[in-house]
Amino acid sequence: MPPEISLPASLQDVEQVRSVRTPARLDYEFTAGEASSRFLKGITQKKIIGQRATPESRVYVPPRGADPELGATTPIEVEVAQVGTVTSFCMVNVAFYGSVMELPYTSALILLDGADLSIMHLIQEIPADEVRIGMRVEAVWRDDADIEPTLESIKWFRPNGEPDDPNVRIPGEDHGTGLGSWVGGVAPTEALIRNPRTGEGGQA
Amino acid sequence: MTWSDIDAVVIGKAPDFFEGVMMPELFLADALGATGKPMFRVHTAGSVGGSTAIVASQLIQAGLHERVLTVAFEKQSESEAMWALSLPIPFTPPLHAGAGGYFAPHIRSYIRRSKAPDHVGMLVALKDRQNGIKNPYAHLHEHDISFDSIKESMMLWDPIRYAETCPSSDGACALVLGSEKVADDAMAEGRQPAWIQGTAMRSEPTLSAERDTVLPLGGALCAADVYKQAGITNPRKDVDAVEMYVPFSWFEPMWLENLGFAEPGEGWKMTEAGATAMDGDLPVNMSGGVLCTNPIGASGMLRFGEIAMQVRGTAGEHQVDGVRRGVGHAYGGGSQFFAMWVVGSEKP
Amino acid sequence: MRDIAIISFAQTPAQRAVKEQNEVEMLMPAIHGALGQVDMTIDDIGFTCSGSTDYLAGVGFSFVSTLDGVGPWPPIQESHVEMDGAWALYEAWVKLQLGELDTALVYSYAKSSPGDLPMVLTRQLDPITVAPLWPDTVSLAALQARALLDSGRYTEEHFAEVAARSRKSALDNPNAQLAWDRPASDVLAEEYHVAPLRKSDCAPITDGAACIILAAGDVARSKVERPAWIRGIDHRVEPIHLGLRDLTVSESTRIAAEKAGVADGAVDVAEIHAPFSHQELILRDAIGLGEDVDVNPSGGALSGNPMMTAGLIRVGEVANRISNGTANRGVAHATSGPCLQQNLVTVLEGEN
Repeated sequence: MPPEISLPASLQDVEQVRSVRTPARLDYEFTAGEASSRFLKGITQKKIIGQRATPESRVYVPPRGADPELGATTPIEVEVAQVGTVTSFCMVNVAFYGSVMELPYTSALILLDGADLSIMHLIQEIPADEVRIGMRVEAVWRDDADIEPTLESIKWFRPNGEPDDPNVRIPGEDHGTGLGSWVGGVAPTEALIRNPRTGEGGQA
Repeated sequence: MTWSDIDAVVIGKAPDFFEGVMMPELFLADALGATGKPMFRVHTAGSVGGSTAIVASQLIQAGLHERVLTVAFEKQSESEAMWALSLPIPFTPPLHAGAGGYFAPHIRSYIRRSKAPDHVGMLVALKDRQNGIKNPYAHLHEHDISFDSIKESMMLWDPIRYAETCPSSDGACALVLGSEKVADDAMAEGRQPAWIQGTAMRSEPTLSAERDTVLPLGGALCAADVYKQAGITNPRKDVDAVEMYVPFSWFEPMWLENLGFAEPGEGWKMTEAGATAMDGDLPVNMSGGVLCTNPIGASGMLRFGEIAMQVRGTAGEHQVDGVRRGVGHAYGGGSQFFAMWVVGSEKP
Repeated sequence: MRDIAIISFAQTPAQRAVKEQNEVEMLMPAIHGALGQVDMTIDDIGFTCSGSTDYLAGVGFSFVSTLDGVGPWPPIQESHVEMDGAWALYEAWVKLQLGELDTALVYSYAKSSPGDLPMVLTRQLDPITVAPLWPDTVSLAALQARALLDSGRYTEEHFAEVAARSRKSALDNPNAQLAWDRPASDVLAEEYHVAPLRKSDCAPITDGAACIILAAGDVARSKVERPAWIRGIDHRVEPIHLGLRDLTVSESTRIAAEKAGVADGAVDVAEIHAPFSHQELILRDAIGLGEDVDVNPSGGALSGNPMMTAGLIRVGEVANRISNGTANRGVAHATSGPCLQQNLVTVLEGEN
């Protein structure tokens, strides 16, 4: 129980303060970092440049500074295709602070050809309820005059007319039942995946 | 107990932007009774309530302290929660819409993989909201909830409906953890302690190419580790009840599979068959869970504390009979940080 | 208690602003430096723990993307504290005490440059009564310095001597941000910055990162010739409200030093986390260091003060001096919060 508060007589008729608003504003200078800067430079040339740590390691798009499997920088640049496959998606019907999108919109995970990890972007030029996993899509750029160093220079992705890819690589699913599942009641182990440093483990 | 009985305080919460206070444990130090004592602040994203309790338990397990107070909280009302979770980042399109926008595609992947029917998510929401009515501390007490009202609620982040989503809550949770001697003394005085039989944490990257966001390897490794410590060989049989972190209804069947309670693709069948209901063979989220109450930083500790209450037989109206061993589970980030403990009525 | 030692320490050069790199890019050389020195990879590490805070980057969950820098794949046992890395080291030490794991990696980092640091730190203060006034860190420290002068125990000359000695020591530290050799009288000749503090009495604003590797018993001995053993470690906190504390002493440091066993033997070297010159004087007294102790041979926080990291660096600097044989027993201290609110003390020792 909260303690009983006794006020001096002079304050007894004063309405209690139950909350205060104390607005605060802090300004920050954002540093994209070396990897992102190189990626964004490619965007200004309407190229999607992935990065990898070694010639054998994964191609990350967009790169964020570290290959998270190796914990290493990604100095090798690899241009990836501007077409890819939808690996999953969601239809967003809720507005939130900072959102500039008209509702509803489809936000999709898209695995670009030549990349190893899906990027999240918009799907347009198709009725929202016709978007599906495996659908092939292509990037639609802003007008050249409006290209800036931001992923928003790609306005959205749209169907490119190719047939769906039923074999699209969806993370986890190339392990059959999924990485973190218990088949026959047996717990999975680290050996299920290839150790990116030692090359041990994983599927043949 | 009084403040003087407490040797140390371990506090956890999720991002400090929620309350607009940087490292708020500093200004809370005296209110937490920590003056002159060790005070420790944990932050492991959404799993933090669980990891905070684990860190606190380790201070005792290591022999450093006899009694540790551990606290977790969030006041989501003090700022705009969706904003605090998705601060706009330069050069990046603002496509996500809070946590729902991030998790919805992964839920869709689960539904596709497991061929689960649409109604499973709604069944989870109905069960948890009905359980929450029995819990006086739950944020939501939806007496009029029905399957149809859930079905008719707005589709926010397709496939996630409004009624399948956790609320934004203010709340706090505190646990006192004691050494073997402290617990023995409690036992002698007729107060059943919840014995901690195992604790485990695992982390993996947010975005890596091989990672499975539906059934994360880290989640399963965490479960396997904690079961091993507790001597659990068949989770479905050996565990009597579970409090797991289900912020969107579909996470119940996903975690049932990830934590070894169901074969891959079969988790939803447990939910559909009523196995996870209060009267099922593996009750899940008797408290109403995160779907009824989500003070983010505290949500994990609430899972850990609620399962301890079940083991102690102090859960009141939402008590399940005969819980001798239970599992508390929390996750955070993009399904990448995991914290679990097993508590039991018997001394390990 | 189980014998746990520091076997490796690496840090990035302290810089006013790391302009090209984001946090994870700045951090990776420290992590891989520390691992590489003892020929280890993340696969050899049992537990990982880090310290950082979101308010410096201005991004929620900022520690999540920096975890990528260790390569947490396959999944690892890991935790994070919203505290200086010295407390992450404490959590790792506790974890190793449990006896299941033999090695731990501890890192911390901060880029203070993206925001206005003294203003950012005001957000730590009581949100109802103090933070709305935006009292900056230097002004709060100046209040403390004034109280210390008024106590009659120290003078501004003492402050200036600390400032000058620290920057002179830093000349031998390749990672220092501020290093120079000028007499204390030069410092006294400076105008006041926030009276009674002068610019030279204050730590610089720094971007940087550091990493330490811990190992237990024989694992430590197998990796390095002279591990720096953690003989004691403790931390304590006080109320944040300045009016509730005697600002001229550090009671929490005194308790932590006592519990860590500082007085159990001779101290050769001490690295004290004092972002303001007068705080070193308060802390020396609280820890109970004699005149003969070599204090802050690295130059201390006055020569480079990456937030959330300067405390961990103090531990690393002492460990290095033990491992290279220049010291046998040393004390490292870390602080957090306004005017030395929370303090950690650890005692490190070489094997005799």
